[in-house]
Amino acid sequence: MAISLKLNGKTHQVEAEPGTPLLWVIRDELKLTGTKFGCGVASCGACTVHLDGEPVRSCQTFIEDVEGSEITTIEKMEDDTIGAAVQQAWLELDVVQCGYCQSGQIMNAVGLLRENAKPTADEVDDYMHGNACRCATYQRIRAGVLRASEILEA
Amino acid sequence: MTRTLSRRGFLKSAAAAGAVLYIGATAKGAMAASGSADAMLTPFVKIDSSGGVTAIVKHFEKGQGPATGLTTLIAEELGVTMDQIDYEFAPSDPAVYNNLLFGPFQGTGGSTAMANSWMQYRTAGANAREMLIKAAAQAWGVDAASLDIQDGLITGAGNSAPLGEFVAQAATFEPVETPRLRDPADWKIIGKEATRRKDSPVKVNGTAKFAMDVHLDNQMVVMIKRTPQRGGQVVGIDDSAAKEVKGFIMAQTLPTKLGVAVYAENTWAAMQAREALEVNWDFSAAESRSSQDIKDEIMAALNAKAEYNVNKADQAAVAATIDGAATVVEKTFYFPLLAHAPMEPLNCTIEQTAEGDIVLHDGAQMPTGPHMAYQQIFGLPAEKIHIKTMLAGGSFGRRATPDADYQVEAGLAFVMTDRSRPVKLVWDREDDIRSGYYRPAVGHKVRVGLDAEGTIIGWDHQVAGQSIMKGTAFEAFAVRDGIDHSSVEGIADSPYSIPGKALGLTDTKKATSVLWWRSVGHTHTGYVMEVMMDMAARAVGKDPVAFRLAYLGGEQDATRKAGVLKFAADKGNWGNPAPGNVQGIAVHKSFGSYVAEVVEISGNLDDGIQIEKVTAAVDCGIAVNPDVIKAQIEGGIGYGIGHAMRDQITLDGGAVEQSNFPDYEPLRISDIKAIETHIVASAEAPTGIGEPGTPPSAPALANAIAQLDLVVAELPMAENGVSFA
Ligand code: FES
Ligand code: FES
Repeated sequence: MAISLKLNGKTHQVEAEPGTPLLWVIRDELKLTGTKFGCGVASCGACTVHLDGEPVRSCQTFIEDVEGSEITTIEKMEDDTIGAAVQQAWLELDVVQCGYCQSGQIMNAVGLLRENAKPTADEVDDYMHGNACRCATYQRIRAGVLRASEILEA
Repeated sequence: MTRTLSRRGFLKSAAAAGAVLYIGATAKGAMAASGSADAMLTPFVKIDSSGGVTAIVKHFEKGQGPATGLTTLIAEELGVTMDQIDYEFAPSDPAVYNNLLFGPFQGTGGSTAMANSWMQYRTAGANAREMLIKAAAQAWGVDAASLDIQDGLITGAGNSAPLGEFVAQAATFEPVETPRLRDPADWKIIGKEATRRKDSPVKVNGTAKFAMDVHLDNQMVVMIKRTPQRGGQVVGIDDSAAKEVKGFIMAQTLPTKLGVAVYAENTWAAMQAREALEVNWDFSAAESRSSQDIKDEIMAALNAKAEYNVNKADQAAVAATIDGAATVVEKTFYFPLLAHAPMEPLNCTIEQTAEGDIVLHDGAQMPTGPHMAYQQIFGLPAEKIHIKTMLAGGSFGRRATPDADYQVEAGLAFVMTDRSRPVKLVWDREDDIRSGYYRPAVGHKVRVGLDAEGTIIGWDHQVAGQSIMKGTAFEAFAVRDGIDHSSVEGIADSPYSIPGKALGLTDTKKATSVLWWRSVGHTHTGYVMEVMMDMAARAVGKDPVAFRLAYLGGEQDATRKAGVLKFAADKGNWGNPAPGNVQGIAVHKSFGSYVAEVVEISGNLDDGIQIEKVTAAVDCGIAVNPDVIKAQIEGGIGYGIGHAMRDQITLDGGAVEQSNFPDYEPLRISDIKAIETHIVASAEAPTGIGEPGTPPSAPALANAIAQLDLVVAELPMAENGVSFA
């Protein structure tokens, strides 16, 4: 089926079968590879994108359900006030190791700060619980979200 | 010595732009320099006339930091800032980019990246500095000794100029084997906490290119439908349902008959077509045992006479001493199979150039493996095969298979086509969990005897499990007199001076493919040594720290271990947990580095426990990039504790029962509330850091849980009496 997709402020016409995960349209068709494949079953968060500003797992979001919605990926985060603050915090604290999970971590963190500008450490842990990092950069992810909150407040 | 241009092709465009200075090594390892990429054998650094400096990093980056670390060494010696230097990964060439600790083999592992590059990269950087200074001194008619390079400027004797101006002249000089290295007192980058990772910016904005992100024109995506039981063989396929999947191209049985390659236009089509493909298997020669059978075999081995008397002890005498001891402590341990599960599922992409060369795009941990395998698969000489090393989304040992398993799969899938279209092999998480290589299942049985004063007088230690090294290319250097050192490392070479130690080892039958897993044998030997030390201390009513220190005197090896133990105890408030909390401690040496960790937990066995804080102390010699070291310790702790808490791979009738993260649950952010790492100041040469944080983490947690009156001797903890909040 032909689908018109609003992604990062542009409209794309794509061909995809119903049931195709948004993840594979973003990666294979639109060739935006910042969004990652980690598990395919919504249990790692590597594929997190925003759907109308809310974090969703793109591996379990199907193409027929996103028509008309505004999709945003990691590639667009530097234009987002919260996204830029999170990225800055991530650089200050050198959060990344292998980096493979980090697009998803950042997308989820932006979702948290949009909802709750001043989270506590426990609130960060609750909200970020579904985003796995096999390198276990969690201490810095937690500190990075708290630091981003500080940057935004300044 | 001449070399083909193709290997050096990646450097040529830079060379054409103007004068360039390359410093590196000859095939014999001697220092060499050149003004041309083609003549240069192994550049470790290249400098162009506009002042652009590039470190050529021979180790792959899976997050452990060599892109920052090796670049730091060049920048420090040359005299540029970290912002003035770039990096790129070296091509596959074991003759020159070999790991100095692996012989003629290019690879990353054993936490050796910094240890084996420390002198090599500094020497290259220092040579570049000295040659540029010599050129400037001649041009200015001044004494070279009056000049230095700082922030990319050659300065002294009233002159100052960017280093790029002297590149052409410098390239005419010869480097020396032992150039003057900068005095550690003058270091501006090494040892500085403020140095940031070179690979952070691309990893926070989505532009970092992992192998999974390779997309070549006209590529096909291949997924393999593999035998569910190891050793099962394809006897027939039915692709009628697969043909209904839009984007399906074809299905071909691998020449090994261990699986079927499913080719499709894109990843999603490959996934669906593979699902739809029907395969008939012959399981008559396949593995059919279950985890319980493997465990039974290991337990039986622990109770029989050991196959190898590792330390040639008089075992009967040790047993007799323990029998007569005032106090005897004894425990049998069991460790399950574990998957590595790096965040980026395994994958690689392979293409053929117009000249008939083969190019592999891969997060290549051991490029020499696929490089050799492809010579056989494609019948090509080494110089017609090229490996482009991409960023790797973790490894923990998984990408370093001696038999280059997934790269060979890709090669076989490609060789079955007409090679007009590149082939990208993709594994999904189920492939990773089910078809992977595992940390072997291992058992230990230990008896410790203590005299009336509470001093150890005998330590009888039996180990049984499947050997990692036997039957691989690494057997020659890792196995001596039949003993796979990686099965007993951390016991056989423990810095504790324990009197009356007997160490026996029995290799059990091959049950599955096994592989080194972050910290290899230390994953289980560290656990057993440290849990036993704690049990022994408690049995005689001594403080676990003081008890251990009694066996850590004299030799530097022991005093460094004692040093981190005391440091961690001090920083972790040993003996003074927050009200309601309990603590455990463990210390272990691995890969040349010493790490001690204090784990503090809250809660209880009924309602569940929570890890409140881990405090680590590390002595890894000179801390080149302290913040990278801290990150590796944090990650190593998380990796060790996460698996000890919840994870195991089990077999049922030869088939793996787990499949994805829901049943191989990763450590999550809430599992550990805080980690604090302290680094011992040291002037010793740098040692490993990617792995040493892992071994003490699980036993420190177990020793904390032991304060709640449960000694966890079988992992994972969650299956053996511990619930987590
Ligand atoms: S890939 Fe979507 S949650 Fe893991
Ligand atoms: S940084 Fe490697 S998985 Fe998170």
